[in-house]
Amino acid sequence: MARVIVDVMLKPEILDPQGQAIARALPRLGFSSVADVRQGKRFELELPGPATEETLAEARKIAETLLANTVIEDFHLHIEEDA
Amino acid sequence: MRVGVVTFPGTLDDQDAARAVRLAGAEAVPLWHADHDLRGVDAVFLPGGFSYGDYLRCGAISRFAPLMEELIPAAKAGLPVLGTCNGFQILCEAHLLPGALTRNAGLHYLCRDQGIRVENNATAWTGQFDQGQEILLPIKHGEGRYVADAATLAELERAGRVVFRYTGGNPNGSLNDIAGICNEAGNVVGLMPHPEHAVEELTGAPSVDGRGFFTSILKKLVTA
Repeated sequence: MARVIVDVMLKPEILDPQGQAIARALPRLGFSSVADVRQGKRFELELPGPATEETLAEARKIAETLLANTVIEDFHLHIEEDA
Repeated sequence: MRVGVVTFPGTLDDQDAARAVRLAGAEAVPLWHADHDLRGVDAVFLPGGFSYGDYLRCGAISRFAPLMEELIPAAKAGLPVLGTCNGFQILCEAHLLPGALTRNAGLHYLCRDQGIRVENNATAWTGQFDQGQEILLPIKHGEGRYVADAATLAELERAGRVVFRYTGGNPNGSLNDIAGICNEAGNVVGLMPHPEHAVEELTGAPSVDGRGFFTSILKKLVTA
């Protein structure tokens, strides 16, 4: 069993007002060590078996087609194998 | 003349859109998201709302609806399509229009009357406006900040494809104050404001400027 993790983030040049709102809230809560916050999405794709070249290629296609809007977002894939 | 009005699960403005079409003197034809059928309509209106609950991203799931598999090639072949609000978001997700609509810069959901300038009256949906005419329409959205990369933005400006610009202040942080754009051929137009909510004084609309969109497409279809 393997799991493909897809992290989707707004491209650096796209304004992230949600991340900014979180960053502004931190000093109010007494956290002073953070310079900036960006908010993104994480998807967990469960595979029925181990990850292969083909399943990974398909996961990449899923990310490009649906999970991320590549006009405004970047995505990154990695695999988690079950222990 | 038959104008299709699309309903997805979560669409809100389809009844107003159909009414606006009828007021203009055309037949409003209901189109269902799950059908592979455009029912032979002469133009299509993609209304606003929260199709598929705005899950994932606004318009991201609607874009793959069976009806869209028919609409996308038809729009590319010249069928006039107008998307307002969520309809605009769907057109961008479907890549019928470039760029994307992102969270409002101020994070607030906005519901107000908004001044808009008509920057291009040569599209299928704006022919009855004067070039540079200022109109007043309702806006109501949380994700209306238009963004595109610098090259796309420059091309939109160069080709006159910025169809509407906000006046009297930018409500949502849209690049270049963009409220609406069109495709290269001018048959596909998307905008965040709501012409279908501004067609009758009876409903407390800020104006009846929205009528112009519907009279424009009718004139276009009749003379085509």
